[in-house]
Amino acid sequence: MASATSKSYFWKGFRDGSPFVFVAIPFGTLFGVFATEAGLNIVQTMAFSATVFAGAAQFTALQLLQDNTPTIIILISALAVNLRVAMYSASLTPYLGAAPLWQRACAAYLIVDQSYACSVVRFEKEPDMSVPQRMAYFVGSVTPITPLWLIATYLGAVLGTQIPDSWALDFALPITFLSMIGPMMRTLAHVVAALVAIVVALLTVGVPFNLGLLIAGAAGMIAGAQAELQLDRKKT
Amino acid sequence: MTQVDPTTIWIIIIGLAIGSYALRFTFIGLVGDRPMPPWLLRHLRYTAVAIIPALIAPLVVWPAATNGQPDVPRMASAAVALTVGIVTKNVLAAIFSGAATLYGLLYLVG
Repeated sequence: MASATSKSYFWKGFRDGSPFVFVAIPFGTLFGVFATEAGLNIVQTMAFSATVFAGAAQFTALQLLQDNTPTIIILISALAVNLRVAMYSASLTPYLGAAPLWQRACAAYLIVDQSYACSVVRFEKEPDMSVPQRMAYFVGSVTPITPLWLIATYLGAVLGTQIPDSWALDFALPITFLSMIGPMMRTLAHVVAALVAIVVALLTVGVPFNLGLLIAGAAGMIAGAQAELQLDRKKT
Repeated sequence: MTQVDPTTIWIIIIGLAIGSYALRFTFIGLVGDRPMPPWLLRHLRYTAVAIIPALIAPLVVWPAATNGQPDVPRMASAAVALTVGIVTKNVLAAIFSGAATLYGLLYLVG
């Protein structure tokens, strides 16, 4: 019975996604605290976490908001940080592309680092899974974290109003981001991309409207892609 | 804290909500089973790893809280968070060791 096996794949996904609650809870709480510090009220903070559902992009928007960056630059920069979900979407398409459109439309909202990482590993390991089984597994893998992400954001927003200035929270956001960079350094090309982006960002800090960020980001992307090409050529 | 204009905040929230959904939906919803050019994928791979360091590098070198003066506790905690992240590949371990460094040094210096 197809629905019974899909159900068991939902629970497999649920189990594989469960460890990520230890990421979703602290990040959600941090976002709630930062958003409150940046001057957002609870309704705005909750709407942000619920509709955007992408931690790094949300943190980026908050930081730029505090730097009085023009709105359009904030939008472009935060979406650039989120471009990787487009890559996840592309990479999941061969596995889930045959599902009905309404299912794909719902699944799209649920594409985050965690659901992508779990699902791609499982889909590669079990190439015989049917499309409904894959969809069940994918949805299962985000089910533990989605409600906790929202609850944690709420708690952070409530707590945030009670934190005194002496806690040096101005630097909590840079530390959070720096901590995310280390695990991203998977290949030499990633390191090259990051280093070029840092150098260009420091050189272009005088460019108005925080446009230096986009220039540095583009330079880093090109550097990473070129480094990857060079490294591949050496291998063969 | 400076008061931020609510209209600006809502524009950002709604813009990001629509934009993020569009990014997620484009490929799985519209591209379907068609293949994508390798040069595009190659650049997309490096977006986050380029944009995030570019965002924080100036914040580390010229922190706003000290009016842009380079500051030892902030630089040191940045170095610790980055190093622990690279060595352990664990985001939370990096956050906690970076925060511990910052508070430890601010306590010693201040």
